[in-house]
Amino acid sequence: MKITEKEVRYVAGLANLTLDDSEVARFRADLDGILEHMDKLNEVDTSGVEPMTQVLFEGAGGLREDAIETPLGSEAGLANAPQRGPGYFKVPKVVER
Amino acid sequence: MQIASLTIDRIREGLLSREFSAVELTEEALRFAEAENPRTGAYLRLSPERAMDGARRVDERLARGEEPGPLAGVPVAVKDVILTKGIVTTCGSKLLAAYVPPYDATAIVRVEEAGGILLGKTNCDEFAMGSSTENSAFGPVRNPVATDRVPGGSSGGSAAAVAQGTAVVALGSDTGGSIRQPASFCGVVGVTPTYGRVSRYGLTAFASSLDHIGPFARNVKDAATLLRVIAGRDPRDSTSAAAPVPDYPASLGGGLKGLKLGLPREYLKDLGSEVGDLISRGMDVFRRLGCEVRELSLPSTGYAIPCYYIIATAEASSNLARFDGVRYTFRSENSGTLADMYRNTRGEGFGAECKRRIMLGTYVLSAGYYDAYYLKAQKVRTLIARDFARAFEDVDAIVAPVSPFPAFKLGEKVDDPLAMYLSDIYTITGSLAGIPCMSVPCGNTAGGLPVGMQLLTTHFGEPAMFRLAGAFEEAGGVN
Repeated sequence: MKITEKEVRYVAGLANLTLDDSEVARFRADLDGILEHMDKLNEVDTSGVEPMTQVLFEGAGGLREDAIETPLGSEAGLANAPQRGPGYFKVPKVVER
Repeated sequence: MQIASLTIDRIREGLLSREFSAVELTEEALRFAEAENPRTGAYLRLSPERAMDGARRVDERLARGEEPGPLAGVPVAVKDVILTKGIVTTCGSKLLAAYVPPYDATAIVRVEEAGGILLGKTNCDEFAMGSSTENSAFGPVRNPVATDRVPGGSSGGSAAAVAQGTAVVALGSDTGGSIRQPASFCGVVGVTPTYGRVSRYGLTAFASSLDHIGPFARNVKDAATLLRVIAGRDPRDSTSAAAPVPDYPASLGGGLKGLKLGLPREYLKDLGSEVGDLISRGMDVFRRLGCEVRELSLPSTGYAIPCYYIIATAEASSNLARFDGVRYTFRSENSGTLADMYRNTRGEGFGAECKRRIMLGTYVLSAGYYDAYYLKAQKVRTLIARDFARAFEDVDAIVAPVSPFPAFKLGEKVDDPLAMYLSDIYTITGSLAGIPCMSVPCGNTAGGLPVGMQLLTTHFGEPAMFRLAGAFEEAGGVN
């Protein structure tokens, strides 16, 4: 077995994801099969091989001119907020008084 | 005016000769899409106001005697992961059911500047994760060729709209095959351009090192025309390529004599007989057109699936972290504490496939597993890219299947995620290498289902790819 239910709950915590018991059982089984398939990569000799992190070409990835542009604006940025105050996103209280 | 069989050239001719106006055409296109959409559910919503505004702008240009643009009056459907200012963009997710983007994707801006008409937004797998469009929170799309079957995915709605004739062309997105596979299933042309060829500004990120925007069309020339419009450097996407954009439509029509095509051995051995037979008959067509066809080897192919599903899910788990109940419309009712808000918003908002991929991606990035999975996969990705680089020293293009099978029945594969992942084998290799690839209709199975043929070329080799696809199309595929 590649992964236990306890590990599934731990990973769900890292991912900030509430899972119910049936989801934990289902994902444990799904991930187990998928991770087992992924072990195939251990067959490949990658010593001395550089990791490919991105496909980049000349002219891409460079820096653009540091010019001032009109920003989106806070009104537009806040328009989709589930809860908002004047000029900010509202979230449940983080710090106890 | 036969809406369902219009081409970009035909629309241009009609507008310039004053046979119809852009407003008349758009009204008719909206009426047709509204009437036909219930059969497939390709569109999540039409955008009549935006479409009519665009049409009026085209008619004004024409009235002033100005060039109306290469997409003048052309009805364009857009996958609902591409942001459209003021028009709800859901990404197929309950989380974004009410999200109204505050800006347009660069591809949208370019389409409209070229006179294209934004007709509506199309259904897709949630956050583009899936191969059948059954992972949408808003229900599945049906394949217009056979409505008990899936249109493929994740850009299933865009492929279905073009196949059904409710759009002339469409925009989709492709991370591991999400344009080519639905194009194959629906019998249309679908193009995944070179990585970085089209700006991703305003494309909701799934796996940033693999995401592409690309066109769907009913013929190769229309796909080439749309790609030419949306391609090119964009200061708002630092990964967009600066290479000049060639005149893609002009690359069609040249002969194929002397071009060398490669057929990867590794792709043929597991192939189901009917798809394999169509692909080998397709090779015969290329031989008749003067191409030299040779077998070649892409030895790392067997490792592409694990490599892809590690990299794509790792990047997805990071990209989807932003949907946490703070900024994007949906927040769980059970948000007593900040941690509860994050966890419950995501637990209630994401569908099963997104959760599965977030879990997998978080796992492979977690302490103790990063080197064994993520770093290892990135190294294998280098080997897969090298396979292609070596192959293109000997051949101009590679010909391959798109999918091991034609469109399957709705519900047939939803319960086996690994089997669904394994069916992406022929499309993800090209995605990992970042090379241009496309699906062009090859022929139909005995049961009448379309099968696409995939063409892959070297980085920025789109002109040769279009030339091959155009000649193949003109020859009538295998039929």
